[in-house]
Amino acid sequence: MRFHLSEEQGAIQAAVRGTLADSFPMERLHKLAESDADFDQPSWDALMALGIGGLALPEAQGGSGLGLLDAALVIEMAGAAAAPGPLIGQILTGIAVARSDNAAAKAYLDGLASGATVATLAFDGLPRDWTATADSGDIAFVQSASAAALFLVGTAGGGLALIEAGEGVSVTPVKSTDRSRRLSAVNYSGARVHLLFAAGDPFVVKLFDAALVLIAADALGGAQRCVDLAVDYAKTREQFGQPIGRFQGLKHQLAHMALDIEPARALVWYAAYAHDADLPDAARAAAMAKAHLADAYVRTTRAAIAAHGGIGYTWDYGLNYWFRRAIFDRAYLGSPAVHRARAADMAGW
Amino acid sequence: MDLSYGAEAEAFRTDVRAFLKGAWQPGERRKDELRAFIAAFRRTATDAGFLYRGVPKRYGGSEQPVDVIKAQVIREEFQRARAPMEIAGNGMNMTVPTLLERGTEEQRDLFIRKTVEGDYVWGQGYSEPGAGSDLAAVRTKGELVDGKWIINGQKIWTSQGMGATHMFMLVRTEPAAPKHDGITYLLIDLDQPGITRRPIRQMTGEGGFCEFFFDNAETPVGWQVGERGQGWYVSRTTLKHERASIGSADGLGNQFAKLVELAQEVGRIKEPMVRDTLAKIEGFVMAHRYSSFRLFSCAAAGDDAGPIQLMMKLALTEIGHDMALLAQELIGETGLIEPTSAGTRGRGPEKWLDQIMGSLGNSIAGGASNIQRNIIGERGLGLPRDLAMEHGQ
Repeated sequence: MRFHLSEEQGAIQAAVRGTLADSFPMERLHKLAESDADFDQPSWDALMALGIGGLALPEAQGGSGLGLLDAALVIEMAGAAAAPGPLIGQILTGIAVARSDNAAAKAYLDGLASGATVATLAFDGLPRDWTATADSGDIAFVQSASAAALFLVGTAGGGLALIEAGEGVSVTPVKSTDRSRRLSAVNYSGARVHLLFAAGDPFVVKLFDAALVLIAADALGGAQRCVDLAVDYAKTREQFGQPIGRFQGLKHQLAHMALDIEPARALVWYAAYAHDADLPDAARAAAMAKAHLADAYVRTTRAAIAAHGGIGYTWDYGLNYWFRRAIFDRAYLGSPAVHRARAADMAGW
Repeated sequence: MDLSYGAEAEAFRTDVRAFLKGAWQPGERRKDELRAFIAAFRRTATDAGFLYRGVPKRYGGSEQPVDVIKAQVIREEFQRARAPMEIAGNGMNMTVPTLLERGTEEQRDLFIRKTVEGDYVWGQGYSEPGAGSDLAAVRTKGELVDGKWIINGQKIWTSQGMGATHMFMLVRTEPAAPKHDGITYLLIDLDQPGITRRPIRQMTGEGGFCEFFFDNAETPVGWQVGERGQGWYVSRTTLKHERASIGSADGLGNQFAKLVELAQEVGRIKEPMVRDTLAKIEGFVMAHRYSSFRLFSCAAAGDDAGPIQLMMKLALTEIGHDMALLAQELIGETGLIEPTSAGTRGRGPEKWLDQIMGSLGNSIAGGASNIQRNIIGERGLGLPRDLAMEHGQ
């Protein structure tokens, strides 16, 4: 029985945290937020140099053969740093391509593993809502679309297709709430397409569930960062001649922020573990994790800004970037209420 | 990660099952016969190494090396077979570990075996009317006269106090010393003329607590645990005897399952609001459950789990409140009926009033929620202590 992180997993998280601290410090986040860019090459290269593109690919295909849990630990750190780049799309596209029978698509595996080929998710909501086909599609919200060479498109009836950027694909940037993960509308017709999974293949919903777990992991990391920032601030900011963290009113608010997040960590672990171990409740755990963490992330960013006072409400302090990421994680691929309704159905209530 | 217990534990499980199959056959017995059978069973189970594992053999325990996985397997199998485990209560939780850590040889000889065998039942004498969250403010006075401690004062909130034979208590013995350094930890026999006990009726209408009045009560100087004036620190002694358990989360899971059943019984399970609220609560139930797995796993590996261990009680309390609110909605007008006592027949949905009121008790007993928030903030997050608490005023 083992249900806490191994030393190796701790080392993976430390490596990602350190790499992002060097390659994507706060100044870079500010710069990215002020620009229109939907991608940041230096931090992408630094993360890919760690092997994140191939983390979940089978060893026979040049990957590290790790599971969704390890991917979630990486995404948690990306969430903490408000990292740009379609990391979730890169990892999941790799898994889907490696798992498919499409030999032509598999030619992309090396590039996906190294990060030289950037891939992103093009899921228009939940599988039940997907309308895209191999011939054409119109996906409202796609992250880092101008940087992506490949789009993993969810097709009508629950299939997956890989669309190549370029001819037949148009990308129209959206004015995005989340400045660190900018979105575009992607429209394609007559593009180069590789069919990966037919409609109704059970692997497709499983991959979608993996996306939910990874979004939950991003929310966990971002929320923890907000708790840490608020706690650090409360230790240094003085009013009435003492650090404000000494006052019980604020102390209790901070305790509740931590209480919202720290227990939820094990829920993310479980959802990822259940996915890797193919447990019967894996799909439900993914829905529950996405719903629970997305709500908690929104609560935590709001509470962190309130705990900071005026400085927290400014643009320059930067808490708003995580607040915006919380809005993203909550709204993207189904709101908490949508996933709780699914979880209720799955429980047979 | 891996939620299986491993081959060694499963082999051990087979042993425990085989033991229970042979030793736990209660059948149909009269009440007094059953009592004797249970006492004999506990002795056999202890000889087999399954009960009282942290207690040395010379005091009636089975003296096994600490192994939280084995302890968990034993709990699971005994529960499955509905076999009695150790006699629960303050004695095994508090007195025995404290004596093993801080007691004299005479005290261990005098008290541990009797406690293990259930002859001595212990009440906790910590809180006083003027010393609740600020426990170190105890004022019950102890004076050493002719080799005996003479005790005067009042203790309150003693769980199961009516049935207690003995008490461990914190008594002010050095009035001039700083607050934390003037307290002595004493054991006392509750059957004496200088002690009066009175039950306290709870808001549910049921009993459960007692208050004790000490009027020149006496206890031998040899029943003092630790040094004079060091009682506060003796009371902080906790032994890590296989405490980690994933059982605490099972109770919550069972209660949540009952809440879902309630929603079904009252015909409201299909309402979107009810489904959403249930799933919202279940998110917290799952987070608590898997956090208990995490704590258990850390304990088994000897790793520090970090701040999560400080959060479990408050998390449980908060979930209890959320469940109480939904239950109150679901029982509707039935909530106008006072439920009959637990264990009686014909209890309908109104029995949830017990949980609804009981959830308030959880936010007070064993460290009130605001104290839990202080602990999380100060020990978990490293925030500075409140000045009054820091200086012990």
